[in-house]
Amino acid sequence: MDKNWPIWEVFVRSKNGLEHRHFGSLHAADAEMALENARDVYTRRNEGVSIWVVESKYITASNPEDNGELFEPAQDKVYRHPTFYNLPDEVKHM
Amino acid sequence: MENQALYKYILGIADNSLILGQRLGELCGHGPSLETDIALTNISLDLIGQTRSYYQYAAKFLGENKTEDDVAFLRLENEYLNVLLVEQPNTHFGYVMARQYLFDVFHLMLMEELQHSKDITLAAIARKGIKEVSYHKRFSGDWIKRLGDGTEESHAKMQEAINDLWRFTEELFQMTEDDRLVTGEGVGIDISKFKEAYYDEVTALLREATLTIPESKFFISGGKEGRHSEHMGYLLADLQYMQRTYPNMSW
Repeated sequence: MDKNWPIWEVFVRSKNGLEHRHFGSLHAADAEMALENARDVYTRRNEGVSIWVVESKYITASNPEDNGELFEPAQDKVYRHPTFYNLPDEVKHM
Repeated sequence: MENQALYKYILGIADNSLILGQRLGELCGHGPSLETDIALTNISLDLIGQTRSYYQYAAKFLGENKTEDDVAFLRLENEYLNVLLVEQPNTHFGYVMARQYLFDVFHLMLMEELQHSKDITLAAIARKGIKEVSYHKRFSGDWIKRLGDGTEESHAKMQEAINDLWRFTEELFQMTEDDRLVTGEGVGIDISKFKEAYYDEVTALLREATLTIPESKFFISGGKEGRHSEHMGYLLADLQYMQRTYPNMSW
């Protein structure tokens, strides 16, 4: 029997209106325990208002070996940034 | 001392938190996993935080510039008024969780009533503690279900702990003479009336955890009168060492 508890990824929303962000990972035997552990490990200094946990094995991750084909083609495509428009002065906060 | 009964009533509540907090603190760095270690230490700090508020209040009754530290560290064993349950050792994790849950259910009932006390300081401490204690109960209750309804080994260990600690539960509902006096004034809480609801709640959770409810009618008490189990002296030796060795030291 595997005596190690599975690893869970922890996402915490630090304030209402903000998105959940990845805070780290931890071990837990079940989802309830993962939530409680996350509460104690990541929010005991008042860091959060909501927690999501998901078992790490359910996350599909990109392979770093594929970084070339996945990400490098985007490097020379500056036209994908909306920097070629003149913003009227009236538009603030852009 | 003025109002000796109230002073002792406060200790009767606060000492439970101090001694249980100390027991959990012993596990700091020794928890079964990093996550559980942090969780137990968090609970310990919640309890010791509550204790400070009570002792700061209690120290006022002592006068002579006495502080919370005098109350916490410089009493003799028979002057501590905690129940026997909370001083029982951390034999194994099953015991830690059983002790915690059996206390938490009572503790939450007490806080929920104490928040309506006529004594505004006690009421305020209780109100602040309710959220902490609710979480303690959720944490320990979940663990009892997890271990009771877990593997054969975890079930056996959980059952062993429940069987062993059961005999300390009845003391939770006993009232000392001071308790009665303070309760008569509308400040204290009649804890004897919690008994039925307590055993109903605990029994329901133990059943859910597939554990057997102990049938023993043999109960031990004495802590509330200052008569403690053989474990208490060792615990106090640890707890009091610094203040006894370096009197008046502070952070």
